[in-house]
Amino acid sequence: MNRDPLARTLLNVYLGLFLVYLFLPLIIMAAATFNDSRFPTITPWQGYTLKWFGQLWADTQMWTALTTSLLIGVGVVALAVPVGLAAALLLTALQRRARTFVYAVMVSPLLTPGVIIGISTLIFWRETLGLSGGVLLTILAQSTFITGYVMLMVTAHLERFDRTLEEAALDLGATHVQVFRRITLPYLAPALLAAAFLAFLQSFENYNTTLFVRGLDTTLTIYIASKVRTGVTPAVNALGLILIGLTILGAIVYELRRRRLERRRRVQAARATEADRAILATEAALIEGR
Amino acid sequence: MSSLLRRFGLPLTLLIVALSLFWVLLQIVLPQLVMIDFSLRPNLPPAAQGGPEDAYTLVNYQTLWRNTIHFQIFVKTIVASAVVTLVTFLVCYPVAFYLAQVARGARARLLLLMLVVPFWINEILRTFAWFIILAFNGPLNGLLLALGITAEPIRWLDGNTGVMLGMVYAYLLFMVFPLYNAIDSLDPNQIEAARDLGAAWWRIHWRVVLPHARPGVATGCVMVFMLAAGSYAVPALLGSPRSRWFTEIIYNWFFEGGNWNQGAAYAFILLLLCVGFIVLMLKLFRVNLGDIAK
Repeated sequence: MNRDPLARTLLNVYLGLFLVYLFLPLIIMAAATFNDSRFPTITPWQGYTLKWFGQLWADTQMWTALTTSLLIGVGVVALAVPVGLAAALLLTALQRRARTFVYAVMVSPLLTPGVIIGISTLIFWRETLGLSGGVLLTILAQSTFITGYVMLMVTAHLERFDRTLEEAALDLGATHVQVFRRITLPYLAPALLAAAFLAFLQSFENYNTTLFVRGLDTTLTIYIASKVRTGVTPAVNALGLILIGLTILGAIVYELRRRRLERRRRVQAARATEADRAILATEAALIEGR
Repeated sequence: MSSLLRRFGLPLTLLIVALSLFWVLLQIVLPQLVMIDFSLRPNLPPAAQGGPEDAYTLVNYQTLWRNTIHFQIFVKTIVASAVVTLVTFLVCYPVAFYLAQVARGARARLLLLMLVVPFWINEILRTFAWFIILAFNGPLNGLLLALGITAEPIRWLDGNTGVMLGMVYAYLLFMVFPLYNAIDSLDPNQIEAARDLGAAWWRIHWRVVLPHARPGVATGCVMVFMLAAGSYAVPALLGSPRSRWFTEIIYNWFFEGGNWNQGAAYAFILLLLCVGFIVLMLKLFRVNLGDIAK
């Protein structure tokens, strides 16, 4: 595309440097795990060790923080996914002007600094119900903006949804709940699964919002940050290395799944144009009832 | 509403509306309003609350003007966040252009996946990586000394430079992806046409690619500025008491000063700053909010 060979070479070199810039810090952090030094560093290299994994394993604070993070993550998924789905469905029913306004309100938490979401949640629940910081308030605060991501993902998926499927099923005598369970939900299932995954990830790594609403509870991210600030050992690197490994694994699984779904959707779309859509809908609603 | 009723029936419609209202009212709108109300009240002991002294006042906002240290940190936060945003844009633009217009097929998909992975890694961990790199005896100083660029190691973790370096790294992918999405939708024939007509490469970018990518530039800048100005993690890990960030002052009002009303006022000022920046970007790049909130 770039016909100027010099410009193309420069761009390639730049991209290479950029990738080094992107990955080298993570590699350095991972490498420091194996350095036999009391402080996380790679210079000077004092010999190879695996002892920091053992130290991490024996750290009860870390396990408590991990449990808290998992608990909050599950709570956020349980709240943000149904609410995000409801919000996306509500948006489809609104008139143009109302839709634009409500949409703007719903995406506003995504453009608000995380600390402000934490602060407003903290004040609001103390002033109304006398609640103080902790797991519950952290779930409420984090899901304020995470629900926004879920809503956006469901909305994008709904754009390609053929609503005549629902109408056909209703005409053929299915109840509203049946239609929702057997047509709307199965169609949205891949988007909801992806949204649940991202919601959990967002919750797990959140720092700025959590900081204000955590009360006396400590999440894994807060634990890492406080370690870095008050006497850090390479055990934190070991934890980072494990988390990076899990993230890369998750990213690969997510990407492979997304590609498979996309292929399947293309095949389905090709078939649907041939067959009568209403018949497909009836099958989906009444025959294939699980 | 009637279309929802027709589609889902009464019980499901009620559930959909109830869940949406819970989110919009109890999680988004009311907490913000209560925070603003809170910021307009004086900090009183519980006994005096609701009494004659409990009246609306702007005193919490005046604090920022009167406290020169706080005001300096506020201005520093704005300027530094703007610099971080600009540097991030300059670093990311060639990458986004490459991904969208130069790389093709499997190579483009692999590159995109490679960029997504660090995006998913915890902000704290990405910042911690820089904590190691920038340490006084760390690899960066080692490299600079070995190359003879500096004679003495530099205290990176004791000033604003370290914080800003960390921020560019932590938030750069929030710039790459909006830019990529915007440049990706540009028809390559337009670039081809400009080149055939004899435009220089910088002119093609200035007159063809950048104007087309305006919504992406605006979105990326808004995201990075918001994240930088609202960051607590990066200055807390990479800064020192001498390079405090505005968010750290807000935090101190809540958990060290014990003056929540004052903290709420500062938080609202930060929110206004971010809204102001959004408006500025919309005007500057002549795009509307719908283009950004995607």
